[in-house]
Amino acid sequence: MVEPGPLRLNFMEQLKPKITANQRGGAAVNEPRFVRVGLIFAVLFFLGVFLVLPLVVVFVEAFKKGIEVYFASVREPNAAAAIWLTLLTALIAVPTNIVFGVAAAWAISKFEFPGKSLLVTLIDLPFSVSPVVSGLIYVLLFGLQGWLGPWLAEHDIKLIFAVPGIVLATMFVTFPFVARELIPLMQAQGNEEEVAARVLGAGGWQIFWRVTLPNIKWGLLYGVILCNARAMGEFGAVSVVSGHIRGLTNTIPLHVEILYNEYNSAGAFAMASLLTVLTLVTLALKSLIDWKSKKNTTLSPEWTIRV
Amino acid sequence: MGFTVVYLSMIVLIPLSAAFLRTFAMSWDQFWATVAGPRALASYRLSLGASLVAAAVNTVMGLMAAWVLVRYEFPGKKLVDALVDLPFALPTAVAGITLTAMFAGNGWLGSYLEPLGIKVAFTQLGVVVALTFIGLPFVIRTVEPVLQDIDPEIEEAAATLGANRWQSWRRVIFPELMPALLTGFALAFARAVGEYGSVVFISGNMPMRTEITPLLIVTKLTQFDYAGATALAIAMLSMSFMLLLTINLLQWWSRARYA
Repeated sequence: MVEPGPLRLNFMEQLKPKITANQRGGAAVNEPRFVRVGLIFAVLFFLGVFLVLPLVVVFVEAFKKGIEVYFASVREPNAAAAIWLTLLTALIAVPTNIVFGVAAAWAISKFEFPGKSLLVTLIDLPFSVSPVVSGLIYVLLFGLQGWLGPWLAEHDIKLIFAVPGIVLATMFVTFPFVARELIPLMQAQGNEEEVAARVLGAGGWQIFWRVTLPNIKWGLLYGVILCNARAMGEFGAVSVVSGHIRGLTNTIPLHVEILYNEYNSAGAFAMASLLTVLTLVTLALKSLIDWKSKKNTTLSPEWTIRV
Repeated sequence: MGFTVVYLSMIVLIPLSAAFLRTFAMSWDQFWATVAGPRALASYRLSLGASLVAAAVNTVMGLMAAWVLVRYEFPGKKLVDALVDLPFALPTAVAGITLTAMFAGNGWLGSYLEPLGIKVAFTQLGVVVALTFIGLPFVIRTVEPVLQDIDPEIEEAAATLGANRWQSWRRVIFPELMPALLTGFALAFARAVGEYGSVVFISGNMPMRTEITPLLIVTKLTQFDYAGATALAIAMLSMSFMLLLTINLLQWWSRARYA
């Protein structure tokens, strides 16, 4: 006895020999043409307003006052310091999170242990915590009012309102990217290949470098690129811990905010355009990886419908 | 494995629990006064309400977009598909100032909308717009792979069994997509509730009207009211935790029901 679930069509209806034009050939699994065209236009309009237009606006606003102003605002010392700090932060945060991400994904996908799903949830945590809260917890921990604050002050270590705080906050918010990308991938691959390698006499590192890494390389790269983009562009968390000292603890996004609040719109958009270029490079690389890694598993052409 | 746990505790768990423990320094009355004060309540209403609207818009549009991107062929499709991730990759501060410039009274879109009586920048609608932008890719990206994996034969089978296109969509495809839609909605919603960077620029930050909870936390912080900021953070964390739990349950239920 099978429960009549929503998946099951009415049995009587199935038996009825109804043959209409709609059910023959491709039309049965296609939508009518006006639906297709309408959907495409609706989607393109929505995405156009929300995705394409902002991109155009950034560059138009950045160059509004001419190329000289643009380059002057990018070369200005505070701007240069912000660019440098952003690069430094990403340079520290991204590799750390790569190592962690691979380790975490490895542990989660290849081994069974109690509390596994809890670990997965915890890894996702920074995604569900507001960036502002992420920054706040570091202020609470390391700030002068915080737990470790007095001890740190005694030893002349300054974390909050200084560069290390920015790096820590960035690490926190970018922490799930690599792991998250890899976990489903490695779970899907299972560990048959690793077991085979072991049977053939490979050691732990050999298995990792020769079997696991080549299998996950595209996923890994993907995670790294997204992690880097977020690390360079993080605003909320970094803004809470940075203290906004110009030329010292300002990253590019924070510098954008300062300029914008000073009504220096051209300057703000000039800095923003740098980040936008970074974004576009990120997206291009990402698509390239998509294309490279999914080359063999593309959709069969019969399944995409021509309008 | 050990390394994973240690790193996780260092970066995430210890700071988080420190935040929780810290609120115990406040008395219950103080805590309640901060968390349930009128300004805080107004900010929750806006944060949760606007996020809900934005996530709902994204679910509908995301489903349509995923469908179009997976099933149809049109010029520029690859480019569009690549651009979908823009809100993930674009720093929120950039998104914030750009959207504000677009929707301000003298902006590209604002100058057309304002004569129609639609004010976006510096209103609650602006908050919704910003949150829609940042949550845009979630539903598309969760639905796309599921849609790709649906075997065309299932639909053909439905069609041969006499289902018309709408029926087979509604009763065969949609149930398959349901868990992914819920996931996408949850992600977009969770992201929107905590969003700060893009909203502060477009919202105008008027207390009681366009002040989101994360902004209120930052305001408290800049006034060195650490306890107040923490209390609000705890309130927000508990709310998003409860929402995520609910959504996980929903997902579990829909999987049990439709799988």
